[in-house]
Amino acid sequence: MGKPRVATTSLCGCFGCHMSLLDIDERILSLVELVDFDRSPINDIKELSGPVDIGLVEGGCANEENVKVLQEFREHCRVLISVGDCAINGGIPAMRNMVPLRECFREAFLDGPTVVNPAGKIPDDEEIPLLLDRVYPCHEVVKVEYHLPGCPPSADTLWEALNALLEGRSLELPYELIKYD
Amino acid sequence: MGATREEVVKVICQDYGNDRSRLLDIARDVREQLGCVDSPAVDCIAEVLSIPRVEIESLVSFYSFLYSEPQGQVQIRICNDVPDMMKGADRIASELEEELGIQVGETTPDGKFSLEYASCIGLSDQAPSALVNDLMVPRLGAGTARRGVQILKERGELKELDKLLIRDYGDGNNAHDLVRSACSNNIRKAGEVILAEMRRGAGLEKALAMSPVEVIREIKTSRLRGRGGAGFPTGMKWEFTRAADGDRRYLVCNADEGEPGTFKDRVILTERPDLLFEGMTIGGYAIGAEDGLVYLRAEYAYLREFLEHALAKRRELGLLGENVCGKEGFHFDIRIQMGAGAYICGEETALISSCEGLRGDPKNRPPFPAQHGYLGKPTSVNNVETLCCVARILQRGSGWFSAIGSPGSTGTKLLSISGDCMRPGVYEVPFGIRLSEVFAMCDAQDPMAAQVGGPSGKMVGEADFDRTICFDDLATGGSLMVFGRDRDVLEIASQFMQFFVHESCGYCTPCRVGNVLLKERLDKILGGHGQPTDLEYLQRLGESIKMASRCGLGQTSPNPVLSTLESFRSAYEERIRDADDVEESGFDLQSALSTAQTLTGRKSVHFED
Ligand SMILES: Cc1cc2nc3c(=O)[nH]c(=O)nc-3n(C[C@H](O)[C@H](O)[C@H](O)COP(=O)(O)O)c2cc1C
Ligand code: SF4
Repeated sequence: MGKPRVATTSLCGCFGCHMSLLDIDERILSLVELVDFDRSPINDIKELSGPVDIGLVEGGCANEENVKVLQEFREHCRVLISVGDCAINGGIPAMRNMVPLRECFREAFLDGPTVVNPAGKIPDDEEIPLLLDRVYPCHEVVKVEYHLPGCPPSADTLWEALNALLEGRSLELPYELIKYD
Repeated sequence: MGATREEVVKVICQDYGNDRSRLLDIARDVREQLGCVDSPAVDCIAEVLSIPRVEIESLVSFYSFLYSEPQGQVQIRICNDVPDMMKGADRIASELEEELGIQVGETTPDGKFSLEYASCIGLSDQAPSALVNDLMVPRLGAGTARRGVQILKERGELKELDKLLIRDYGDGNNAHDLVRSACSNNIRKAGEVILAEMRRGAGLEKALAMSPVEVIREIKTSRLRGRGGAGFPTGMKWEFTRAADGDRRYLVCNADEGEPGTFKDRVILTERPDLLFEGMTIGGYAIGAEDGLVYLRAEYAYLREFLEHALAKRRELGLLGENVCGKEGFHFDIRIQMGAGAYICGEETALISSCEGLRGDPKNRPPFPAQHGYLGKPTSVNNVETLCCVARILQRGSGWFSAIGSPGSTGTKLLSISGDCMRPGVYEVPFGIRLSEVFAMCDAQDPMAAQVGGPSGKMVGEADFDRTICFDDLATGGSLMVFGRDRDVLEIASQFMQFFVHESCGYCTPCRVGNVLLKERLDKILGGHGQPTDLEYLQRLGESIKMASRCGLGQTSPNPVLSTLESFRSAYEERIRDADDVEESGFDLQSALSTAQTLTGRKSVHFED
């Protein structure tokens, strides 16, 4: 039997959760012993190669591409984990949820004080994914098995969670790891 | 040349003695005379009263009958409570949207018409209905609303709307010269306590022959409990108020009648105003107050002149004023305080805030109003019906009263019955009556459910039809809505939640945010996307909101969900999806993308077709 496969992605996040994953420092060597990485910014593999055991998702869904990626993860991953507050709640990007999309566009592309846009046109290039009407937490778009809170969850939290999952034991995080003030 | 804005505001403020505690009245009058309380008007008021602008702005933004922007000369408010929606209020709304060329919430470009929804306006038994400025327009049939608007459109002068819109006045005092309303009383059953005749002064004379303490004792022996919803013993409340320290005391009548589906106070105010004022005067005597206030909901403004007239008549007869009924040293008078459209102002501490010219925010308790109420003085807040009971108890004796009803709930109760029954209206029944007997009385054929006590009350099903209406079983401030077999209890619960979301004062996060979350989750289930875990979520969230909210609104607002979870669990379970249905999330990609597609003028590349 091969090693369990892990995939990670950052949707509408800041890569902070991935940085936190790198913060496990030298334990990353053990991690590589334990699992094989499928698609992930860490190894720069861009596409999922097949069935994956654990998917770690950072960030919520702000645009169509986020939804597409998240749905692919859902399709391929046995267990999907929302990592960090953006994936769980929408986080900072979701602050725009208070403002209708139309007004966001107007401020960003038409009327904002630093905008120069003589044509008065909202960019429509296909390279730019269409924004969703608001930012959605991942579990509102697909089913998600676990949530790992934190902004970002600390390296120890991530390490503990992965190990617990791999060893099939229940996760017990000490108070210090889930206290945020 | 008309007066300038400054002059108008100055005169209005002067009318209220430049008294900051009358800010609500001032804002109401400014709105009436200048069309709205806009920024320059706020400046004028702030200057005259020497208060910060923000106090005025926060007041204006709170009340739904005050506006900071100009509204149409004719303001149409379509009642969207559940019984009205069942009778096609949304159809009336689209009819008017089409006729006026605007959406609900907008004003026509010519400034003639505004269209909006209103929470229950107190006509659930004659639904669908609307409030047009101060005019009640009940029983809107197909096309009547449209025709009404067409008539108004043809007129240059939009005055005396009643002459244009109303053909027949309602029964009883609805046809009185000072009321002239199309509302009907729909009194289906009159009892001996509230709806029987009474000679002016009959109760008051007896009260004044006793000492105030004896009056309170009489009320205590009658075991009268408050009719406004909470059922607190009235005698005890008065005892506390009388005993509290203070150089002045106040008796406030709660005529806010905001619980959707309740309209019995409207009928009392129309048919028995003297019974109410008599009860208030007795209450004033008992607690040692010289001032009475009637907090009259803005929707009932059409009754104001009539009530003022009744008060004037009582003054003339010596039943109000100095030395009432010749009783040396007992002075008592009553003022009507108009509300401005907020359900929360029915909650007694919010009501007091509102009377003080503040936003209708509830206050922390303790101290209770009995110690620290209106303007910081000991105050008793009593419901309209409670005060009517008081007058009758004094007239006929506590023994007579307590023989009616059930041991824990003495006397009669006015029920406001609406929904799926042949005879909606007002019924005065003894406490302890079974729900099934009520159904028989109002001719509800094969009901599936009833909402007892309005949205904040309970939704009960067949298993509970043998239960009784009283404080110890199914309590109600009067509202009773009947639902037939073809109604969807979850849809109804969702509409009730919408009501609470709209009416929360916003102070407590559990109430302000929690009710929104409850409604969202309920709607997810309604949309067919519910998962088994959602039921537990609803239960836990609902209980948290109840536990962590400051006032009665938040403490009861999850009831539509919690009581349907209890009585109609299968309605939820039928719609819940399989737990293993991984694909299912309820996310609607098309609607999430549609705005961006419109704005950029292109289609999705990630999701073709
Ligand atoms: C949100 C809310 C709304 C209320 N609305 C009313 C109302 O419209 N009329 C009323 O008499 N009591 C209302 N009450 C109850 C009052 O707070 C208060 O208990 C009552 O007026 C006391 O009078 P009573 O003892 O005669 O019932 C409401 C309470 C809450 C929490
Ligand atoms: S419970 Fe709701 S209505 Fe009551 S004070 Fe709190 S936020 Fe306001």
